[in-house]
Amino acid sequence: MSESIPNQRRSVGYRSRLLQTEAERRADTHPLTWRLRDDGEAVWLDEYLRKDGYQSVRKALSEGDPQAIIATMKEANVRGRGGAGFSAGLKWSLTLQGGDIPRGYLICNADEMEPGTFKDRLLMEQQPHLLIEGMILGAFANNSRYGYIFLRGEYVEAARVLNRAIDEARDAGWLGPDINGSGFDFDIAVHTGAGRYICGEETALINSLEGKRANPRGKPPFPGQSGAWGKPSVVNNVETLCNVPAVILNGAGWYQGLSGDRTDDGGSKLYGCSGPVDNPGLWELPMGTTGMEILDRAGGLRDNRQLKAWLPGGASTGFLLPEHLELPLDFDTMGKEGSRLGTGLLTVVPDDMSMVSLMRNLEQFFARESCGWCTPCRDGLPWVVKLLQSLEQGQGEPGDIELLDKLAADCGPGLTFCAHAPGAAMPLQTALRHFRHEFEQGVGKPRGEAHQDPIPVGEV
Amino acid sequence: MAEPVATSQIIGSDGFELHPADETAILRELEHYEQPQAACIEALKIVQRRHGWVPDEAIPAVARVLGIGPGAVEGVATFYSLIFRQPVGRHVILVCDSSSCFLTGFDELKQALVDQLGIDYGETTNDSRFTLLPVCCLGACDGAPALMIDDDTYGPVTADDLPGLLEGYP
Repeated sequence: MSESIPNQRRSVGYRSRLLQTEAERRADTHPLTWRLRDDGEAVWLDEYLRKDGYQSVRKALSEGDPQAIIATMKEANVRGRGGAGFSAGLKWSLTLQGGDIPRGYLICNADEMEPGTFKDRLLMEQQPHLLIEGMILGAFANNSRYGYIFLRGEYVEAARVLNRAIDEARDAGWLGPDINGSGFDFDIAVHTGAGRYICGEETALINSLEGKRANPRGKPPFPGQSGAWGKPSVVNNVETLCNVPAVILNGAGWYQGLSGDRTDDGGSKLYGCSGPVDNPGLWELPMGTTGMEILDRAGGLRDNRQLKAWLPGGASTGFLLPEHLELPLDFDTMGKEGSRLGTGLLTVVPDDMSMVSLMRNLEQFFARESCGWCTPCRDGLPWVVKLLQSLEQGQGEPGDIELLDKLAADCGPGLTFCAHAPGAAMPLQTALRHFRHEFEQGVGKPRGEAHQDPIPVGEV
Repeated sequence: MAEPVATSQIIGSDGFELHPADETAILRELEHYEQPQAACIEALKIVQRRHGWVPDEAIPAVARVLGIGPGAVEGVATFYSLIFRQPVGRHVILVCDSSSCFLTGFDELKQALVDQLGIDYGETTNDSRFTLLPVCCLGACDGAPALMIDDDTYGPVTADDLPGLLEGYP
């Protein structure tokens, strides 16, 4: 597929970028980004090795103790950066291995499609070897024989960079048989997808990898017990895996210390901000940085608008209010406020945006992207969209808002096959809680006063 | 009781033959996986790169190369949004309609595309130059509103940028 990928980007094209210069980033405080170049070009193998690349693999393979890696990861409490926040070390400790159990797969979830999220793209386009290094460590710890980077099809530049970096690593002996003389074998392929948000759900991702429709699988068995082709499989997000090399090299105590006394969660985080702000972007900051600091870095809202609400980490997280900006952005704090950290990239909502229209947009996304497997999601989400469209046009009927409450509750955790519908319910429930009056205004209002030109569901 | 009919006959592969280079490329994909079905999505993308889309007749042809049933291939070919099952234009425009773009001018950009191209989602211009489709968050939210044309990502894109941008895709 590489021949179809242009080597030159058009000059006016979009470029992923970090809004921190090299002078601001240090190895001991910015483990994810300190090697990035100010010119935004990819860090290839020579430069990566000059910047202490693959030292963690050298260390881990010479020590030869996979269980020690898992123990360090558990102690560091690296929580999954794809949004769920599950301890990567704990996940690894549950992977079946030993005895007659066949070696399995280490799968990198690079299917970044959560609305408002653009962090994994940066890591893959500009620093592919950090991901490869993290995957080698993950494979060694989990006894994985082969690795896949499940990359969304639209990330054409990331595919080009990763494939070249994998070739470089293989040529230099960091991938393939007998890595660095250790006797450990491991290789990686880039598997590109063909669309559909649901592929980011880890069991749907495994089905898609196997060349099937991306319907989620029931759990148990968990992928660590029986994943791709029935083998023990580990699925970790790009940013999660990129944290592993520095944790193994510097230890759990160092990692925990990165966040200082801001939060119980350790490490740094690729935070970001988008929406109508002056300076949308990405920054590597200590875990537990406040929303206020990130919004400040983003230059605040454009055109003197005021902040009405914000999403802390993607469309499937709950809306928060301006007063919540003072809180540390970590998994537990966001959970206590009825939201989730999610991917940690803020979406900013200005005061002149109708929450009904924004919810209609979000739910159209979730309805379209439902895989259709289970009823609350397949039938419930389009129903939610229809109700929101009526309210948006001022043609809602009495009882519509209560019906939205019920549909959202029926899509809640435990009532559906996977986390897609609960992810659609959370922003709706929080919007109804914080901005109920806006939805009420949509009941029986004359046509034409609400948001113009709604897109009929079913036609997108 | 009626005689069972082979699935390949129902779908029909009249006259469709995989290009030898595509067949080779598909077979090469098999090396990465434990089971041949895993190469199914990539195989469909290989067919699509040559023909622009995946015609019905290609389904049994792909199934034969992979050694799996055509039903399995059809199931996949109808699930994924980037596998096109009807002819598309020479260039496909994917417009991001997710939240960050919606908050920064998606409505205006979409309307400008509709006005300038004279087509809506799922349609192709009369000269077969462009097809317009929506897409999940493109992960370019710091450049919102964003869109892709073929393999190229652009953002932020305003309505005024469009004529110049589209010019690059004859």
